Amino acid sequence: MTALAQAWRSDFMWSFRHSPVAVVSFFMVLVLVSGAVFAPLVAPHNPFDPASLNLMNGFSQPMQPNAFTGDVFWLGTDDQGRDVFSTILYGMRISLFVGFCAVLFAMVLGVTLGLIAGYSGGMVSTVIMRIADVQLTFPAILVAMLIFGIAKGFTPVHLRDQMAIWVLILAIGLSDWVQFARVVRGATMVEKRKEYVQAAHLNGRKAVGIMIRHILPNVVGPVLVIATISLALAIIAEATLSFLGVGAPPTQPSLGTLIRIGQGFLFSGEWWILFFPAVTLLALALSVNLLGDWLRDVLNPRLR
Amino acid sequence: MAKSVLSVRDLVVEIPTRHAVLRPVDKVSFDIAAGEILGVVGESGAGKSMTGNAVIGLLDRPAHIASGEIWLNGQRVDNLRRDQIRSVRGKEIGMVFQDPLTSLNPLLPIGEQLTETILEHLPVSKQEAEDRAVAALEEVGIPAAAARINSYPHEFSGGMRQRVVIALALCAEPSLVIADEPTTALDVSVQAQIIALLKQLCRERGTAVMLVTHDMGVIAEAVDRVAVMYAGRLAELGPVREVLTRPAHPYTRGLMASTPLASKGHTRLNQIPGAMPPLARLPKGCAFHPRCPEVQDKCLSDPGPTLSGCGGRAACWFATEEVA
Amino acid sequence: MSALVAVKNLTRIFDVSKPWLNRLLEGKPKAFLHAVSDVSFEIEERSVYALVGESGSGKSTIGKMVVRLLAPSDGVIEIEGVDLFREPDHDRVEKIRTDIQMVFQDPYASLNPRWRVRDIIAEPVTARGGKADGLAERLLEQVGLAASDASKYPHEFSGGQRQRICVARALASEPKLIVCDEPTSALDVSVQAQVLNLMSDLKEEFGLTYLFISHDLTVVEHMADRIGVLYLGRLVEEAPRDALFESPKHPYTQMLFAAAPKLDGFGREVAPPKGEIPDPINPPTGCAYHPRCPFAIDRCTQERPEMRQLGQNRVACHVAE
Repeated sequence: MTALAQAWRSDFMWSFRHSPVAVVSFFMVLVLVSGAVFAPLVAPHNPFDPASLNLMNGFSQPMQPNAFTGDVFWLGTDDQGRDVFSTILYGMRISLFVGFCAVLFAMVLGVTLGLIAGYSGGMVSTVIMRIADVQLTFPAILVAMLIFGIAKGFTPVHLRDQMAIWVLILAIGLSDWVQFARVVRGATMVEKRKEYVQAAHLNGRKAVGIMIRHILPNVVGPVLVIATISLALAIIAEATLSFLGVGAPPTQPSLGTLIRIGQGFLFSGEWWILFFPAVTLLALALSVNLLGDWLRDVLNPRLR
Repeated sequence: MAKSVLSVRDLVVEIPTRHAVLRPVDKVSFDIAAGEILGVVGESGAGKSMTGNAVIGLLDRPAHIASGEIWLNGQRVDNLRRDQIRSVRGKEIGMVFQDPLTSLNPLLPIGEQLTETILEHLPVSKQEAEDRAVAALEEVGIPAAAARINSYPHEFSGGMRQRVVIALALCAEPSLVIADEPTTALDVSVQAQIIALLKQLCRERGTAVMLVTHDMGVIAEAVDRVAVMYAGRLAELGPVREVLTRPAHPYTRGLMASTPLASKGHTRLNQIPGAMPPLARLPKGCAFHPRCPEVQDKCLSDPGPTLSGCGGRAACWFATEEVA
Repeated sequence: MSALVAVKNLTRIFDVSKPWLNRLLEGKPKAFLHAVSDVSFEIEERSVYALVGESGSGKSTIGKMVVRLLAPSDGVIEIEGVDLFREPDHDRVEKIRTDIQMVFQDPYASLNPRWRVRDIIAEPVTARGGKADGLAERLLEQVGLAASDASKYPHEFSGGQRQRICVARALASEPKLIVCDEPTSALDVSVQAQVLNLMSDLKEEFGLTYLFISHDLTVVEHMADRIGVLYLGRLVEEAPRDALFESPKHPYTQMLFAAAPKLDGFGREVAPPKGEIPDPINPPTGCAYHPRCPFAIDRCTQERPEMRQLGQNRVACHVAE
């Protein structure tokens, strides 16, 4: 209990409590993420259970009783009679899952390569960072589409829909490792020159041990910040890919897939099918991003 | 005593933090006369640089002057508005910092920087300002000054750069120069050159100098009077020879004894136990009492007499008798 | 007494050329910096050998080579008769390496901020796979800190206390030689005295040998038994402490002594030394000190002086006598 009280009084928590933006975006992220995680408990319907669907409920307007069945849906239904609120919750699950996994993948890859490049220097560093530079000259979404296309070509046809999510994670992760590598490489080069690393070296510690035990703990701060901001970007990248039809399949619709489906109905007046998933995506990306911005300000000693 | 160029009275600088209000400078008073060099010496965190910055008006927020007065040539300067501080600072106070690169603009030739400063503060024509710039560089011992006037700061060596900074600090003919660790980043041989130059120029022009340093040797050789600071307070103030040979405050005594020179021929150095406490954890009473070999009951509760700038030499209950 | 460390003709050259494309475009040749040139000295067991010099004198580079953080370009470093860089028996080199430790200049950068003091101090043992139960606690008390400090993090300590922790870490592998690279130059005077006293005490207690690197003559005079003066990567004078301080032979040593501020030098008006340390990439011909030397003769501009014995001192100067 005292440890908790101490944590509450720490500088970190203090600046959190004194930043309205951080508090609001934190609670928004909390609400959205828990809604996604507990979707089966929270959602009023299961949009993937065909037995529970009633085609008569199709195109229900938000908050208005359906003309045929009299059922009320908070955010309306789509053409199949699926509850939009429930599809958003389930869609967010997929969006967040892909986002988290992609960032985790990018982080592990980027941090490893950044550590190696920063610590060894010379040719190794040059090769890794040139690859990173080349990749940076392409828009991330283009890289992701390219990787997605190639990976799909290698997947057996009958597994494509199942594998789509993992291919998506791979594609977004590979398009995003560069910033992790760059930041970690820079920080590693700074840490490497510090005397505690020299001390470890002269005490006979091997390079891998120095990288993992000494340098890694001292470069995680900026990595966490990038990871948060990358999460927002990864969620958007996933939505973009899914919107373009190269992402999550309609059987596992993410927010992007929902928006793609919804835009087909926009001009026939059923705006809610597009509008609510879009607003959710905006809220999710914005709050994660604001939280990341705040984290960067707090953890960056130069701004203090 | 000659009329004071700078007089500081009961200066208090405060930094409000979440937990408490820190006082990096606490009731500091001193005067500097024209042509006099006052040394301010102390360990890191003793408040010596903060005192200098308060005089210049360069305190970084949230640090601010909480009370006390600063008089420069009979004008009170601690309560001036920001724009007024600027004009006073540039004209009347010259500054020399530890790292010459912080005072020089790396993108401008040094001649231009000098000319600009002169034009801003002295009523002279552009041609005359340029002539003065060359003269200033010659004065600080830069060879072939007229030819090097268009050189950039990075084209000079460390010692030469510090000479340029001194020229820049003196070119507007200020009445006070504040030199904050001007030689700490330099090698011994260059340090000797810079100290000699600073001494010579200030004697010739009658400029008052506040020399902030942690090096007792530099203090001994360069200054007329010395102020010893400890934990934000003035511990001792007096003529340099007096203070260094017959220190009155137990802290000054400890400091002098712990320099390797003072223990010549001994296998062990005299040492003061412990370290200066951080500002957030200053002890009650005299801040030095936990380390003081002569501590008595009174010191634990009462912070000791405050040096007023004229009367008294050491801020210690038990120092006065010894000096007499 | 025998020599624990023998350094022979030690040379280290750094390639400070610009990248090849820049060289090609600007038509410049490769540039080399002779950080250390042809330095030879020996350190007796249980003595303190000090290297003094200003910036660019190569003193830290020598220290790094002795602890094997840097390889020499040429020359030999022998510790207990084992050639540190040419000995073919790997185990023997590893054994010798545990006998050498280092204390660094910056007490803030030399402790990993994310490690507990216990793990920091035990590292010389644990990094080689050894067990270190209770070692940190014992060493902490040895250097004047409390055993309970072992579970704290470095940021909870002041500069002087951190330097004590560094000393404790250096002691962990039970070394014979400790290279101290400006161990007190980041500390305040009153704390410097504490650390220097601690180092003297430990030397007596454990029979240590120090290679003491410093620019501060007062500290060197207090600590050292024998002193080597470096200028621009070369040893210009070497002598037992008292001989050096009583009668410095080399004009550079004399200048250094004269320029150092004295505590009793009230209002001292000395003619300041002239000139500054030259660019080490293009050092002057002959004796590197000749452009600043008040006694320089023609010979100094062309011929580099060899080390020669002059009383108790070894001096590299044509005119010294």
